[in-house]
Amino acid sequence: MRRRPNVLAGLGSLVWLFLVGLPLYVMLLATLRSRSDYAAHGPLALPRHVTLHNYTQDFSNGFGRYFLNTVLVTAAVVAVVVLLVPPLSYAIVRGRGRITAGVFRLFLLGLAVPAQAVIVPMFYVINRAGLYDNLAGVILPTAAFCLPVSALVLTGAMRDITPDLYEAMAMDGAPQWRVFVQLVLPLSKGGLSTIVVYSALQAWNGFLFPLVLTQSDSSKVVTLGLYDFQTEHGVDIPGLLAAVVLSMLPILIVYLFARRALVQGLMGVGGK
Amino acid sequence: MTTTSTAPPPAARGGRAGRPLRRPARRSGAAVTRPGFGWAVPATLFFALFAVLPLVLVAVLSFTDWDGLGAPRFAGLANWRALLHDPTMIRSLWLSVLITVLGVAVQTPLSILLGVWAAGRQRNRAVLSAVFFVPLLLSATAVSVLWRAVLDPNFGVPAQARWLFGDGNLLGMRSGAIGVLVFVGAWQYTPFHTLIYQGAARAIPEVLYQAAQIDGAGTVRQFFHITLPQLRNTMITSMILMVVGGLTTFDTVLILTQGGPGTDTTISAYYMYERAFKSFDFGGGSAIALVLVLVATVISLVVVRVSGYDRMRGSTEGL
Repeated sequence: MRRRPNVLAGLGSLVWLFLVGLPLYVMLLATLRSRSDYAAHGPLALPRHVTLHNYTQDFSNGFGRYFLNTVLVTAAVVAVVVLLVPPLSYAIVRGRGRITAGVFRLFLLGLAVPAQAVIVPMFYVINRAGLYDNLAGVILPTAAFCLPVSALVLTGAMRDITPDLYEAMAMDGAPQWRVFVQLVLPLSKGGLSTIVVYSALQAWNGFLFPLVLTQSDSSKVVTLGLYDFQTEHGVDIPGLLAAVVLSMLPILIVYLFARRALVQGLMGVGGK
Repeated sequence: MTTTSTAPPPAARGGRAGRPLRRPARRSGAAVTRPGFGWAVPATLFFALFAVLPLVLVAVLSFTDWDGLGAPRFAGLANWRALLHDPTMIRSLWLSVLITVLGVAVQTPLSILLGVWAAGRQRNRAVLSAVFFVPLLLSATAVSVLWRAVLDPNFGVPAQARWLFGDGNLLGMRSGAIGVLVFVGAWQYTPFHTLIYQGAARAIPEVLYQAAQIDGAGTVRQFFHITLPQLRNTMITSMILMVVGGLTTFDTVLILTQGGPGTDTTISAYYMYERAFKSFDFGGGSAIALVLVLVATVISLVVVRVSGYDRMRGSTEGL
């Protein structure tokens, strides 16, 4: 495809591989050995006795519960995004008139509003709505902040549908909802999977909204559990790192099996 | 969503000024109906309620005194006046800028090189890039916790490599803490920018390189005279994303340094959190947040202009 291999860049990439690989190596090994072994022989040594104690201990510290909560939040956020964004994007791409154009502009502006900027009023709104310390109170703002990027990605995908197809549907006398269900949705499958990947990642990795909007153990998510673990048992590095591994395990498994789809999905996303 | 819009013929509705050209040809087929505004209503309402309304409220709250429990009390310009004379605020803004600029300076050359490399044809590329992109999938929380453990002065890597880290307490000194924040940010986000550059580099027409080769230009000259200029637009987009991301760094600071040592890494986003949720000064926190919004909005406007997102509207319009 391109010119011959570039030795310099190749070397650079090896350096980068080391920088990425080293902490992952330290982490994985640390989780497999005891605390005293880790303290005595340092993070780079191989484990003397391989043990899964760190993982089981995390589970008895409540990580199972946090996991369940995170799965719930993620599923709900994806559901909200998938329900709301396709009709929105359809209206933006195919609709006419000033209002839809204005709506698109609103979402574009929303693209770069950082969550930190609205966290205080969000705290106020969620409190007022009686959703404080409730998973729904995390799900709603998280989903809302997924909308701009998702709308951008999906409108991009829907623009690629050729006009002829709409005309063919019109010839058949298809009503709007049938055009949407039978033409637009199937043909924007790529964009749809991207917004699913994106919003799932956002929800799974979300930290700020749970941090500020929940409090009790029963509504804690994994990232927050991780943070609390660090502030409370910061010295137990193997246990802590096992919790990190647990927090990213589902995504890593998906990544192993669907790397291409996941990376493609991320490529389509223009921001964090 | 159940609205099937009553559809007048296209000519009657979409009489957009300036593009009547293709309309007559289209009359031949059946009337193509268009989705009405109703289709956009649910998402717009939802977004308005959970993103736009808070944006308005943050402005309102910045003029109030609120401890998070009772009702906010109007306080006039008090928060703003205090902010102007708050040395920590000014310092935090300066720190945000410093960390952002350092981040851009580190990540841009790295991700261009890696992206261009990954776009080419290498033997082990598939395996290598599989590892490269792992940081992209991790939460900022996981990344921060991981690096804090790896850099722990007593039990981490520094204790093993004294020749490199000295006494090893990187997070305990100003330059070390700032360096770690920049490094960890780069560790986490370089893969994403690499992806952007990889895509862009693949799109550069092969003939340019062939022509250069005929002229006898070496790899390095090709890189500087073809690759870099062709990546200009991508660079702008990517850098602006880095700036917005850098200005709003939060999780990393909370977990790695908690703004310390002292207030040496108290950047604006973290300062806002501290004021609001630790000192229960939600009015003051809102004022800082509003400053953040303003900065981010200005940058987002630049993004939209420069990257041409706003012009994307209408690439297949006019039917």
